[in-house]
Amino acid sequence: MSVEVKTEQPTVITQSISNPKESKLKDFLSILMINKAAMVGGIIILFYIFIALFAPLLAPYSPYDIHLENKLMPPSADHWLGTDDKGRDILSRILYGSRLSMGVGFAAVLFGAFFGIIFGLVAGYYGKWVDSIIMRMMDIMLAFPGILLALAIIAALGPSLINVTIAVGAFSVPLFARIVRGSTLEVKRLEYIDAIRSLGANDLTIIFKHIFPNILSPIIVQGTLRLATAILSAAGLSFLGLGAQPPSPEWGTMLSIGRDFLFSAPYVALFPGLAISILVLGFNIFGDGLRDAFDPRMKK
Amino acid sequence: MNEKNKPILEVKGLKTHFTTKRGVSKAVDGIDFTLHKGETLGIVGESGCGKSMTSLSILRLIPSPPGKIAGGSVLFKGKDLVTMPEGEMREIRGNEISMIFQEPMTSLNPVIPVGEQIAEAIRLHQKLGKKAAWEKSVEMLRLVGIPSPEKRAKQEPFQLSGGMRQRVMIAMALACTPEVLIADEPTTALDVTIQSQILELIKDLQTKIGMGVIMITHDLGVVAETCDKVAVMYAGNIVEYASTEQIFANPKHPYTQGLLDSLPKINEDVDELKTIEGSIPSPYNMPSGCRFASRCPYKEEMCTSHKPELIEQNDGVKVRCWKYTDEWTGTIKKEEVV
Repeated sequence: MSVEVKTEQPTVITQSISNPKESKLKDFLSILMINKAAMVGGIIILFYIFIALFAPLLAPYSPYDIHLENKLMPPSADHWLGTDDKGRDILSRILYGSRLSMGVGFAAVLFGAFFGIIFGLVAGYYGKWVDSIIMRMMDIMLAFPGILLALAIIAALGPSLINVTIAVGAFSVPLFARIVRGSTLEVKRLEYIDAIRSLGANDLTIIFKHIFPNILSPIIVQGTLRLATAILSAAGLSFLGLGAQPPSPEWGTMLSIGRDFLFSAPYVALFPGLAISILVLGFNIFGDGLRDAFDPRMKK
Repeated sequence: MNEKNKPILEVKGLKTHFTTKRGVSKAVDGIDFTLHKGETLGIVGESGCGKSMTSLSILRLIPSPPGKIAGGSVLFKGKDLVTMPEGEMREIRGNEISMIFQEPMTSLNPVIPVGEQIAEAIRLHQKLGKKAAWEKSVEMLRLVGIPSPEKRAKQEPFQLSGGMRQRVMIAMALACTPEVLIADEPTTALDVTIQSQILELIKDLQTKIGMGVIMITHDLGVVAETCDKVAVMYAGNIVEYASTEQIFANPKHPYTQGLLDSLPKINEDVDELKTIEGSIPSPYNMPSGCRFASRCPYKEEMCTSHKPELIEQNDGVKVRCWKYTDEWTGTIKKEEVV
């Protein structure tokens, strides 16, 4: 606009001009800090991520090297967590296994979230028959127990870690879709959506630029909690022999091997089991903490 | 104002109905008005009389379902907005007809810096690069009187006060120099001091851009200050349509009289303000006669059985009341009215 206008100074300017992103993050972190359990969860997750990233540097042995002369050794100075039935170092295998478990977990949740978010946004935004069709499909998926659905998918696709990822991701889709749809319904009624529409924005812009960023918090919370379930399900499927195949150091697979020596060498199953439990616990309490931190009622 | 100009916006017999389980609610039931370039038209009425639905109908922003434009036309420079394809309609929204909403606290996306939101409004209609749009958005913030606009542009809505957010909304609405601005209660949520600043600003920008303004409000003070013409709405109808001077000097419709009567007078000391007895009829169950009849002090038999038309009087005032028709005798028989 080319018009010149005198700028009248509004009367009150009391707010400080600071970097908004920074202060929001600070608020968020301070709420998270108050929740001790969430902190512990966060530390556990960071610890596992660290392990997964630096496994080759941390592992004392190769996870694949077979030393039959050392098989089923109890924990010792040489092998902190003992060795398995083929003499492989359990600690090294667990360290490497963190990459597989976390990888499958994250990939499955991303897969589920991606489709779930799109379905949820479309269903919530357009409503009417689009909503009915999508959400009935999701209801059908939800009607199957998750693990059964995963078994069916793997039965169709064949056992492999990638198929486990797809299967576990697939049964996360309806959960994300539901949450996203609910939040979309809530946000699309807000005045700023009318306002941006009154400025001539199209549906795609409204959905992805204006609705999506405003429903991120429930998605993140759900994603964190789903990670726990996804890791557990993936390990479970591998335990059943449907996912990672030996000699892969996947925790579920290791657990399955350890099953044969539960009484003679319990550490073979114990430590992979612990690794799974602690990580899942970490994601669960961190997810709960996030939910509290995102809850507006928790803010002063 | 430029009365000789061709009108830029003509609303003819506009009807917006909502179909719900309780029945059909006729929120806007056949209203007509015209807006000329540079003119300000006030639409006044109490909550639920259809003011906001009228403005949303013009831009075709009625939530649908359950809402639907059931009839009439909205001619913008001769083109009917009611039947226009959605794609063309988007070109008009924000570009040629803009809207300011009532609630500045919730009318901005809470997670996007305000400057970016204005830039987006600009880029929706103008082929500008990101940087150019940003610069123009800062320019717009300066235009609407926000101090240190470069810094403010980077802030998110929660860091601005209500008055500033409303200025941001105005900046967004005016970014593409629209020809018509619909201001839906732009000052209702603001402090009195900020109210007058915002009205001043709208007026100021109106003279500069030469746009027509539709001022939707329930505040007769705002009308007196800003409007050239006034349409008084009651229960989905316009009951009186006249110039602002005529409305204030010589209100004709009993409802308009009641509205003006309910204002506190500066030279009278009263404990209790006057009210209009009764309440607005349910939109699901409109009376067949005059919709104001149940609250009208002049009510006669014919008022409850027959609906009056909006008829132009000798002085140019249009009013929807039997009192100003030849049929009005006080006790007229039904046959004579039909």
